[in-house]
Amino acid sequence: MMNVVKVRMADLNTIGAPARIRTTGLGSCVGIVLFDVKQKVGGMAHIMLPSSEIAKDNQFLNRAKYADTAVPLLFEKMLSIGASKENIVAKLAGGSQMFQFNTSNDMLRIGPRNVEASKLALSNIGIPLIAEDTGGNIGRTIELDTQTGILHIKTANLGVKEI
Amino acid sequence: MGFSFDKIKDLQIDILKEVGNIGAGHAATALSTMIQKQIDMNVPNVKLIPFSEIEDFLGGEDKVVVGIFLRVEGDIPGNMFFVMTVDSAKQLLKRMMGDAVSSDPEFSEIEFSALHEVGNILAGSYLSSLADFTNLKLYPTVPSMAIDMVGAIISFGLLQVSQISDVAILINTTFLEGEHFIEGHFFLIPDPEAFDRLFSALGVPL
Repeated sequence: MMNVVKVRMADLNTIGAPARIRTTGLGSCVGIVLFDVKQKVGGMAHIMLPSSEIAKDNQFLNRAKYADTAVPLLFEKMLSIGASKENIVAKLAGGSQMFQFNTSNDMLRIGPRNVEASKLALSNIGIPLIAEDTGGNIGRTIELDTQTGILHIKTANLGVKEI
Repeated sequence: MGFSFDKIKDLQIDILKEVGNIGAGHAATALSTMIQKQIDMNVPNVKLIPFSEIEDFLGGEDKVVVGIFLRVEGDIPGNMFFVMTVDSAKQLLKRMMGDAVSSDPEFSEIEFSALHEVGNILAGSYLSSLADFTNLKLYPTVPSMAIDMVGAIISFGLLQVSQISDVAILINTTFLEGEHFIEGHFFLIPDPEAFDRLFSALGVPL
């Protein structure tokens, strides 16, 4: 059976071909995917929050939990297993608004904020975003095939797609 | 000194179980009246769960559920969910609406709105009994409903907790209709700042 590495909530990991890497149940969370198109090395982060500035305890900061810290960390890990910056591209999925409310509470529109923060973090290190499936009000499970670079996206109500 | 989950001891865990017991007990009575059936309840399961284990705890992967969510403000801020499998939700609708309920896994507009109302009543009775029991003020929002992957639904309730830690306390109470065709779960996920006030109100300060 094909080796599939699982990335948990607020976690990240990297893997080389031919393995796959996946994360399940992305709602407002965002799956950030980096892929080296030449070396066939892939990485995935499952972030929950846009910015580590939100953290109320900086002592044991989990860098994989925030878009602004997860992107550079994932990038470093990609380089450490043989990826080259000029060959790395990014894809994003998730960032939904699962529930609709009439409220001014900013925390309830966290999905779109997670997407914006992920894009900003990618552009800060100069990694091109080549595809995304973000927003809406649906959950997503994503799986990167490191042989092809295709990101498979499964939803509960809208079937399967590839980006 | 900020809140830390390390401060919570067995005694406080027992208190949280009692919170789940009382809240879900009232909700079960409301449901029992609504569908004219006996409802059994399990002893609440209260655990400190690392985010990395949450999906397994919820039954894993991308299982699709009906989830009703309320944000609670006031003295015990937190997130409240009422979660059922799609099959359970259909069974519940059949008990309430009879043959008008379709057998296909999709939900019609009227079924959707009936479930929404059930969630509203059940979560409302859970929270109002909690408010009475603690003598604290709770202000729930109007509920919102989604039919989607369980991880995508519940992770939405972890956002406040995730700002201070990678673990959350879930107060999980399950109830079952007599013949076990209907199974529902309440999840109360208090914000970190809720614990001090909750435990003080109940005479077991941290």
